[in-house]
Amino acid sequence: MWSRQRGRLKPLCCGVEELRCRRREREAALRKARREQQLVSKRLLRDEALEEAEEGCVAMIFGEAEIQQFLRLAQRGTEEKEREGALVSLRRGLQRPETQQTFIRLEGSIRTLVGLLTSNQALLQLEAARCLHELSHSEQSAVVEACLPATSYLLTYLSGHSSDFISPHLTVLEALGYALSQLLQAKEAPEKIIPSASTDSSVLGSTLPQHMLQLLQPGPKLNLGVAVEFAWCLHYIICSQVNNALLITQGALSTLGLLLLDLAGAVQRTEDAGLELLACPVFRCLSNLLTEAAAEAVGGQLQLRDERVVAALFILLQFLLQKQPSLLPEGLWLLNNLTANSPSFCTSLLSLDLIEPLLHLLSVSNVVSVLVLTVLCNVAEKGPAYCQRLWPGPLLSSLLDTLAFSDTEVVGQSLELLQLLFLYQPGAAQAFLQQSGLQALQRHEEVAQLQDRVHALQQTALHG
Amino acid sequence: MQLPPALHARLAGAPGSAEPLPVERDPAARTAPFRFAPRPVRFPREHDFFEEGDVQRHLYLQDVLTQVGGAPERPRVPEFTCQVAGCCQVFDALEDYEHHYHTLHRNVCSFCKRAFPSGHLLDTHILEWHDSLFQILAERQDMYQCLVEGCTEKFRTSRDRKEHLVMRHLYPVDFRFDKPRKSRGPVMPGAAEQVLAEAPGDDGVPSEVDAMEVCSEHVEPPPAPAGERRAYSHRVPHEDLKGPRREISTSNGGSSAALWRCCRAFPPRRRGPRTLARAALHVAGL
Repeated sequence: MWSRQRGRLKPLCCGVEELRCRRREREAALRKARREQQLVSKRLLRDEALEEAEEGCVAMIFGEAEIQQFLRLAQRGTEEKEREGALVSLRRGLQRPETQQTFIRLEGSIRTLVGLLTSNQALLQLEAARCLHELSHSEQSAVVEACLPATSYLLTYLSGHSSDFISPHLTVLEALGYALSQLLQAKEAPEKIIPSASTDSSVLGSTLPQHMLQLLQPGPKLNLGVAVEFAWCLHYIICSQVNNALLITQGALSTLGLLLLDLAGAVQRTEDAGLELLACPVFRCLSNLLTEAAAEAVGGQLQLRDERVVAALFILLQFLLQKQPSLLPEGLWLLNNLTANSPSFCTSLLSLDLIEPLLHLLSVSNVVSVLVLTVLCNVAEKGPAYCQRLWPGPLLSSLLDTLAFSDTEVVGQSLELLQLLFLYQPGAAQAFLQQSGLQALQRHEEVAQLQDRVHALQQTALHG
Repeated sequence: MQLPPALHARLAGAPGSAEPLPVERDPAARTAPFRFAPRPVRFPREHDFFEEGDVQRHLYLQDVLTQVGGAPERPRVPEFTCQVAGCCQVFDALEDYEHHYHTLHRNVCSFCKRAFPSGHLLDTHILEWHDSLFQILAERQDMYQCLVEGCTEKFRTSRDRKEHLVMRHLYPVDFRFDKPRKSRGPVMPGAAEQVLAEAPGDDGVPSEVDAMEVCSEHVEPPPAPAGERRAYSHRVPHEDLKGPRREISTSNGGSSAALWRCCRAFPPRRRGPRTLARAALHVAGL
C-alpha cells in the first residue's frame, strides 16, 4: 500500500507551480497547527484526506448488527469478492468515530480482524490492514488501545526470523507501525502508555521495543516504509524519557548506529525519495539516547564509538543539503551530541578532513550556523592538540564572515570559538588582527549580550 | 558541500574509532565572560526544534492517506495455477500468487506438510514435533521456548507455553501458526484456511479464524510416509520446485516467466540436522 504507491504520481490536474503552492500552504498550516500544539496527525490528516479521497461519498454509521454481518462475511464468505467487499464496506464505516466505538466494544471483533490480518489471502490481508489504519486514526485513545494487545502476536507472525517479506505482510507491518506511532504520539502517552512499554507486566510488555529494534536492523530485508513507522515509534518512546537506559541495554545505540551507516550507503547508491523520512527519526533517537548516562557507561559494546558513524552522518548532511535543508539542524544536533564529550569523535572530524565541509554549511541559516560553530567549539575546547589541527586553513576567514552576521547567537558562538583559538593556538590572535578582525568585532561593541566577550577578545588580541 | 573522497571509503571500511589526540584544557577557557562548555543536548517531544521534522513527517502521512483512500490497482494476468505438487489454486494476479506461495509452500515441514509463516516457526515446529532427542531432553528440563521475539521464557510443556503466550503476550486463545496439511485433493479456494482437520492431538473443534500454534499438544508425530523416514528433519525437498511442470500458454508468456522467477528466487529453505540436537549430543558426550 504505502511502499508500492509511494512515488507514484497522482494524476496532475493542476500545474506544477500550483502543486508547489499547495504544498507550501499545507506546510504553513501544519506549522501553525504545531505551534498551537494541535499537530495531532490524526485530526489534520483525517480532514484533508477525507476531502480528497472520498469525494462526496459520505461514510455511514454502522451498528453492531451490521458490523457483525461484515465480519462474518469477511471471515466465512465463499466468494472472494464478497469477502473483500465486506471489508471495504467495514473500512469505510470505520471512518466514523461512532462506528469505531461500536466496533471495539463488539466482542471478538478485534480478534477477527487479527485473524484477517494474518490471512493467507493477500487481498483480505490488505483490506484488513486498511481497517486497522482507520482504527488507528481514531482520536479516542480507547480505540487505538483496543488494537494494541494483538501487537505481539502480529509481530511474531509477520516478522519472526523471516528473511524475506512479501507485500501484504509489509503493508500490515506498516499499518501496525503507523497505528503504534499514533498511539505513542498522544499527549497521555508518556504517563500512561509508554511506561507499560518498558515494564514486564502489561499490555505492551517488555518485548515491543525489541521487536521495533529488530525491524530496524539494516540489511537486505529492511523495508523503508516499515522502518519509518517504527523509527517514529521509537522516537516517541525515547523522547518521553521513560526508560531509555533499558533501551540502551537492548542494543538501541548500536542498532541505530548501524542503521545510520546503512542509510548513508543507500543515499550514495540511489536517488530514492524518502530516505530523509527515516533519517530524521533516527537522528532524534540517537541524539536523545546519547544524553543518557548509560550511553557513556563502561562496557564498550553498547556504546557508540565507531567513527564510521561520523562518516555516515556527513554523507547524510550532504544529502540533506540537496534534498531537505530544513532537516540539517537535526543532523547537526546529532553531531554535537557525538562530539561534545568524545575526544575520539573530535579527532575523527579532524583526521577525516571534515572541518572544511562543515564550514560550507555556515551560510545555510542562523540555526545551522550556531550548530556548526558549537561543534567546532566542541573540538577546539579540547586543547592545543586539537586547535593545532584546526589551523591554519579556512577557519579564520569563515569566522570573520560569521562576525558579520547580525544574529546575536551566531556572533556569540563565534566569539566563544575565537577565544578558544586565541588561547590554544599561538599565532591565531596575530592572524586575526592582520585580517581586520578588530573592525569585525567593533560592530558588536554595543550589543548587550556580546559586549563583555567582545571587549575581552579585543584585549587578548591587542595585548596577548 | 564537497566531501573528501576518502570518506566514502571510510564508510565502507572496517569499524573502528580514532585514537584520540591528547586533551589538555586550560582553566582560563571557561572564565567569564566566556561560558562555552560542551554538552550533549536533549529535546523533549514538544520542543520547537522538532517543528521542521514534524511538519515533513505529516506532509508525508497526508500523501500516504490520500493514496490509501483509493482502491489499489492490481495488474491482472491471464490465469495460472500454482505449480506445487498437489496444489491447484488458480490466480490472476502475481501478488496473490506470491502471497499464497509464501504462506503455504515456502516454510513447509517435510514430515507432516504443515505450512508456517516463517522459517523460525518452522524450525521450532520441527524441533518440537519431529526430533526425538527434544522429547528426551524435555522430560528433564524446560524446553518449550516462548515464540515471541526477545522473550526468553521456557516451559515444561507446550500447554504451559501456550498459557504464557495468551496471558503475557495476549495471543488469541485459539491461535495456531501451522496451516494443516490438506487431506483432500485439490484445495478449495477460501476454505482451506478455515479448516483445522486431522491434525493429531486436535480435539476436532474447528476454529473460526486463521489460528496458529506451533504444537498444541505433543503427540507422536504421524509415521512418515514410507521411504522418507530420516534421522533428522528437513524441509520440503528442492525437487518440487524445479520450475513449471507444464507449459502455460499465455499471450505474452509473462505469467509463466514470473512464476518461474518467483519459485527460483525463493526456494524452500534447507537446513542440516537440528543445531540443538547436535549440541545436545555433544553435551551428552556422544
